[in-house]
Amino acid sequence: MSEHYYDAHDLAKFPEIGKNCPELAAKFFDWYQAVFADGALSAREKSLIALAVAHAVQCPYCIDAYSKDCLGKGADLDQMTEAVHVAAAIRGGASLVHGVQMRGHATKIGM
Amino acid sequence: MAEAASSSLVSRSSPLASTEAQLEALARVPISREFDDALTACGAGPLTASAPEVLQLNVGKLCNQTCRHCHVDAGPDRLEVMSRETMEACLAFLERSGILRVDITGGAPELNPDFRWLVERCRGLGRHVIDRCNLTILETGPGQDLPEFFARNGVEVVASLPHYRATSTDRQRGEGVFERSIAALKRLNGAGYGAGDPARRLVLVTNPVGAFLPGAQGSLEAEWKRELARRHAVRFDALFCITNMPISRYLEWLIASGNLESYMATLVAAFNPAAARGLMCRTTLSVGWDGRLYDCDFNQMLQLPVTPPALCHVRELNDPSALAGRRVATGRHCFGCTAGAGSSCGGATA
Repeated sequence: MSEHYYDAHDLAKFPEIGKNCPELAAKFFDWYQAVFADGALSAREKSLIALAVAHAVQCPYCIDAYSKDCLGKGADLDQMTEAVHVAAAIRGGASLVHGVQMRGHATKIGM
Repeated sequence: MAEAASSSLVSRSSPLASTEAQLEALARVPISREFDDALTACGAGPLTASAPEVLQLNVGKLCNQTCRHCHVDAGPDRLEVMSRETMEACLAFLERSGILRVDITGGAPELNPDFRWLVERCRGLGRHVIDRCNLTILETGPGQDLPEFFARNGVEVVASLPHYRATSTDRQRGEGVFERSIAALKRLNGAGYGAGDPARRLVLVTNPVGAFLPGAQGSLEAEWKRELARRHAVRFDALFCITNMPISRYLEWLIASGNLESYMATLVAAFNPAAARGLMCRTTLSVGWDGRLYDCDFNQMLQLPVTPPALCHVRELNDPSALAGRRVATGRHCFGCTAGAGSSCGGATA
């Protein structure tokens, strides 16, 4: 076992999750692959969405994988940075919009 | 991101200016199998060529740009250009051979003083001519009328543009290159290029700006057409995605940035038997600026000549059929052409 909770080499071991419950893993990986194929959205657009979500959920494995995947799918660093800003805006906005709840509670009991 | 010097390896007297040093650097990388073994394992080896269908002429290393990934180590300081005499030998071979396609490359091929003469002679022989153009050469004084020259002669223009936005393009090819490239593309469009006319065909070529494989050609082509039209009102006919070969200045960058081992591992892991079957060296003959013969432009830059050695110069090539069935010289760099969707001067191969 690693001394760290996160190890960069673990990303390559992701398929090992299929060693137990292989049927479920196979379903997951098949579905995962289908999700990222060209469709109504291009594979590049999906990769940029994945990069943004990776930052929102703060998954270092996903950030590693989709930083490379975005470049490989033809995105550039400006586009990737804008995608991260989208994630940050939603995270920041999600906090801020809850301020409306705060204001409701405060108004209800305040004078 | 490691910065690479924007000048040729030769001008800096870099050890990697030596092709032996490049091959040694590749040989030191631990990889899981050799190229010939990979070919044999999938039934595609040994690699042999048929009679050439494309004659690729590298008319010189002189270039107005010094791109960081250049496999030719071209630049303004590289003065090696093909002479009129060598071009005449190429034309004589072309006439004898019946090869229908001539692919002119460099450096910036248009900087060869006999470039236009060569194009007109090839067209006079009824051959299809491709010019591998860096676009910015069209924005220089002597290149101003090239779009009209190309159009008059029905030359297919295959132009380098790493990305449809400036950031990556300028990072690979130099500050301001994107803006000048767009201006050149607009002038090519003005001369009738990029509108679906087979006699005015305009192809864009993108190489990854970094240590990764190119994206899916079909998907990117649709996106590039949409974005270049929307952002710059530029149109083109097709997009080729080409993998960077781990040689010359790109090899220097891979080493300096610490990416060489992982890039080679990526190429080897992505070996695609379908791409191996479509390798361009099977149907191409590459001629260097001095008339020497190679199986491809990359082998030319690594100075790995065709075999048998008796056929090493275009002047000595009396019987074109002597090239059919020849064994192609291979090395670890060849994994660049078989990775993923494959890569060739004509884009993806699988």
